Amino acid sequence: MFSKLSYRTQRIIIIVSFLIVPLTLLAIFSFLPVANMFWYSVTDWNGYSEKEFVGLENYITVFTDPEYFRVFGVSLYYFFATFVQMGIALYFATILSFKVRFKNFFKGVIFFPYLLNGVAIGFMFLFFFRPDGALDTVLQMIGLGDFAMHWLGNPDIINVSLAGTSIWRYMGFNFIIFLGAISSISGEIYEAAEIDGANRWQQFRYIIMPSIRIIISLNLVLAISGALSAFEIPYIMTGGANGSATFVIQTVDTAFKYGKIGLASAMAVILLFIVIIVTVLQKRFFSEED
Amino acid sequence: MKSKYAAGSILKYGSLILGVIAAILPILVVFFASFKTGTEYTTTGPLTPPSDWTNFENFKRAFVEGNMLNGFKNTVIILVISIIGTTLIGSMVAFVLNRFKFRGSKLILGAFLLATLIPGVTTQVATFQIVNALGLFNTMWAAIVLYLGTDIIAIYIFLQFMNSISVSLDESAMLDGASYFTIYTKIILPLLKPAIVTVIIVRGIFVYNDFYTPFLYMPKTELHVISTALFKFQGPYGSEWEVICAGIMLAIIPTFIAFISLQKHIYNGLTSGSVK
Repeated sequence: MFSKLSYRTQRIIIIVSFLIVPLTLLAIFSFLPVANMFWYSVTDWNGYSEKEFVGLENYITVFTDPEYFRVFGVSLYYFFATFVQMGIALYFATILSFKVRFKNFFKGVIFFPYLLNGVAIGFMFLFFFRPDGALDTVLQMIGLGDFAMHWLGNPDIINVSLAGTSIWRYMGFNFIIFLGAISSISGEIYEAAEIDGANRWQQFRYIIMPSIRIIISLNLVLAISGALSAFEIPYIMTGGANGSATFVIQTVDTAFKYGKIGLASAMAVILLFIVIIVTVLQKRFFSEED
Repeated sequence: MKSKYAAGSILKYGSLILGVIAAILPILVVFFASFKTGTEYTTTGPLTPPSDWTNFENFKRAFVEGNMLNGFKNTVIILVISIIGTTLIGSMVAFVLNRFKFRGSKLILGAFLLATLIPGVTTQVATFQIVNALGLFNTMWAAIVLYLGTDIIAIYIFLQFMNSISVSLDESAMLDGASYFTIYTKIILPLLKPAIVTVIIVRGIFVYNDFYTPFLYMPKTELHVISTALFKFQGPYGSEWEVICAGIMLAIIPTFIAFISLQKHIYNGLTSGSVK
């Protein structure tokens, strides 16, 4: 029946019918929330009250009340962890791109944590960090028992423990992306380099690094937004207690625990802006270079 | 020269083994604890294997009392519906945007592009009000609709793949009098199969592991998925780590099986899914 229609009519029907549902969903669940968020952020709405316009008051609160801007400091732990994470990932990806025995086994084990459920990981590390738990026991075994401490009880160390958990969780992803990029370099290039007498470090420095530079910087950008949006691991493990609240935990609590939707929206808008600026800078920076 | 190689080898394999230990140890101690009895757990160290490997009591409790069974059921339902939906939506959008150039097609592509910039966690403050207003709060549809509405990655994967499907296939079908709809269902969809596998993997991992969507939108106990059912263990089993550990293992086992059987597809899927 459909095929009896002219292709011109068919074209219109198919364009409209194929796009209407996706576009409606996109509008309602991607763009409308953002628009609403901007609007809520300049009101004092608590979820039930009349929305009263308060201008930039919420934004001023976020930047001046230490309770709110302090959490940016917590992001630094995750930000720093990202560099460690990418360093480790790059190291293993480089090693495993050369000839190694049991390559698939190593690759699989190093990557596997990335696939795991976040709540499972959170609980696993709550268990791992327990006093006299696995970590303390291992430290004792290798003679570093004096370093055993309250990994999640000590406010000075809690964010390091949580950021470490985050490295454990996400490193496999960077690793597999780097490994993919490195493996796509043609083997002949290495052979030529070897004939010219280049050692492994030189091969890494002059062949591998230049060809995956873009992937690395792309991942770094993702890392910056990732560090700012750190949420699951600290929320599941500590609920943000003991000075481990991240910006997103603070936002979610402000909105859903304390009902300050207006203030929480202002926080979300700020985060949205930071993420967009970082992404746009990266896009501009790299499209100019290529 | 030879000793230099040996030293390099030791460093190489030494660091790899260290990496393997770091990856496995946290899982291994949980695995051990999940088979221990309550007294055994308190009297033995975390690195001591359980005395009885056939003690499935903790698993039984986690499964039944801990609501994990129900969690699996809900996860599977949401997973299946959202993956089918994502595949349809993604391939339809990609088909239209790739094959037809019309006024506004660039704009629509741009709109989907722009949406990828929005970090999902941040907008929940406002999304919540919309889900609530639509009456979807505390229904499974909240998660399903959100997974469908905010999944831009699938559209990208399909768009990229569409480029490699030659337009001459469409044209020769049109000579035979096939409608556009027939071209989509009989030619494009079957050829998209590798991309569909990628989408299933990328989305499957995301949906199975997602925590905040079910946590925010489906707090009702009957609607708990794996993540939220496990999260609830914290209070009631706070002191019974052996049961929590069994719960953790239950959440991990399906992932492990999927990984072992789909290894190659998972690697390829993630690598192609990440390149935007």
